[in-house]
Amino acid sequence: MKQKKSKYLADNQGYYGEFGGAYIPEMLMHNVEELRENYEEIMESEEFKSEYKSLLKDYVGRPSPLYFAPRLSEQYKTNIYLKREDLNHTGSHKVNNTVGQILIAKKLGKKRIIAETGAGQHGVATATVCALMGLECVVYMGALDISRQAPNVARMKMLGAEVKAATCGNQTLKDATNEAIRDWINNPEDTFYIIGSVVGPHPYPNMVARLQSVISEEMKVQLEEKTGKQNPDYVVACVGGGSNAAGAFYHFLDDEDVKLVAVEAAGLGNETGESAATTVLGETGYIHGSKTLLMQSDDGQITEPYSISAGLDYPGVGPIHANLFTSSRGLFKSATDEEALSAAFELTSLEGIIPALESAHALAALKKIDFKPEDVVVVNLSGRGDKDMETYINVMEKD
Amino acid sequence: MNRINQLFENKKNNILTVYFTAGFPELNDTLTILKSAEEAGADIVEIGMPFSDPLADGPTIQASGDKALENGMSIAKLFEQLKDMRKEISIPVLLMGYLNPVHRYGWDKFLQQCEYCGIDGLILPDLPIEEYKSDFKDKFEKIGLSNVFLITPQTPNERIRMIDELSTGFIYMVSSASTTGAKSGITEEQEAYFNRIAQMELKSPVQIGFGISDRGSFNRACEFADGAIIGSAFIKAIQKSGSIDVNVKNFISSIK
Repeated sequence: MKQKKSKYLADNQGYYGEFGGAYIPEMLMHNVEELRENYEEIMESEEFKSEYKSLLKDYVGRPSPLYFAPRLSEQYKTNIYLKREDLNHTGSHKVNNTVGQILIAKKLGKKRIIAETGAGQHGVATATVCALMGLECVVYMGALDISRQAPNVARMKMLGAEVKAATCGNQTLKDATNEAIRDWINNPEDTFYIIGSVVGPHPYPNMVARLQSVISEEMKVQLEEKTGKQNPDYVVACVGGGSNAAGAFYHFLDDEDVKLVAVEAAGLGNETGESAATTVLGETGYIHGSKTLLMQSDDGQITEPYSISAGLDYPGVGPIHANLFTSSRGLFKSATDEEALSAAFELTSLEGIIPALESAHALAALKKIDFKPEDVVVVNLSGRGDKDMETYINVMEKD
Repeated sequence: MNRINQLFENKKNNILTVYFTAGFPELNDTLTILKSAEEAGADIVEIGMPFSDPLADGPTIQASGDKALENGMSIAKLFEQLKDMRKEISIPVLLMGYLNPVHRYGWDKFLQQCEYCGIDGLILPDLPIEEYKSDFKDKFEKIGLSNVFLITPQTPNERIRMIDELSTGFIYMVSSASTTGAKSGITEEQEAYFNRIAQMELKSPVQIGFGISDRGSFNRACEFADGAIIGSAFIKAIQKSGSIDVNVKNFISSIK
């Protein structure tokens, strides 16, 4: 998996246009440099490629199907395909990344794995590969998220991970990420930090995007089989930090005839401020080691976003997406809580698939685009809805 | 010659730097603490600009920053508090903080205000060296502002040499792999690291910080470096009940 050359991918210093880079204190430099100096060589080695490929196939269950959704297509008078990342082991696209990073961690001789998690999907995917490899695992999770996401906390514990509560700030994903970074500062020799999205200092955004790029690599092959053409007219994906979108867009970035639609969470509505739509409400700044767009106060304090979906509840966005937004290569939309919920119920009733709340935001964008009857539209269905049943049950009880 | 260089010219050892967060415990305590610290004999003061997400800091400094933000502290407010500082304060004063609030405030305005208030140096741990060289070095030097770089036990020697070349004030030697206030005391392993740096005979003065909390650790650190920096322990001392002035003076006299 050699680095593709594209003006929309990271340059040698990890910049996407003006965004990206590594804005980190000296205390993190050793760990980040060690990774930066080694990750490409490891990822391009035959040993890594064959191990990664075989784990994705036999353990994760790839390739994930590309499913033509007939009734959804009829509803929107176009041709809609769903990339079924929800069928992966552990229930989302997150595992594509953790399988790759754990192999890199092992190659670097690391004994202890740390991770941050919001809703718990990345935490579960990390705990899973740590169990698989027999490595110690510590997952940082906001204290508030721990109380909101009990089933995933239990899964991580059953998988042998220690779940540590981040008790500072608003006790959500941003704070969990801060705590994970502090842990890494305090453990500069034996610990590897598996970041769950295309965020953080270089080389993380690039490394994670490459590990997720299997999504669009498969899409091309599957689309050719099904439609006779490798390229669709649209690829639609939700964006919090943006790892599933980065993976779904990756191999189409330079094919400018493919419209790349990134859907952010608008919470209660962008005009209310209770939103997580970073490209709408954010300004350029620095978060978690990266220069990007982020939600902040006039004084430059990072603010708390809001979304019903814990996986999209992040005040920044990966630098790859900040650049897709400012360069207008990406078409950015946002969907409110209500629109996402309605899209989740629509997919469930039309196709018998219960999506994760995050993926429901991508589906909600279908209403916001005028498709032609001959268009081919791929929606990246990044995760399944099991973890969101409590939210869905509440909606059903209200109706 | 700026105040930092003057200080290191005149005083060769046991230089005490204290760190506190602007706007803590109360919004308008900043100048009081500064004055008390100078009167009590602190050689340098670092004022922290509070940030919502201080990655390099441990719980004590984080909590003081959260409280300061709650009190309404901001960079604009801080410069307002410091505008007449030089009428009363003669020791070197540095600002320490993170990039995002400075970027948001605006670099040009920020540097103008530093010059106006008489700030001697900046410590911005997440400002990359390359970016300092390309975008800021000339601007800092023009107004006599020193950028203070950090080194850690993991920093390779050649990088330390490069930092030494770029430094115009002093080098901030982080005593161990940790966030602020996380560890206390000095281990044999740390002494080996301190010795390694001492033997490099750097041109810049070196101050040791992180884990320095009392007279014992201060004196021990000063055996290896020109001075030491106390942050978390100083913050704990000033938040005790009673007069801030008395708390500051009691703490500093317990060190010196």
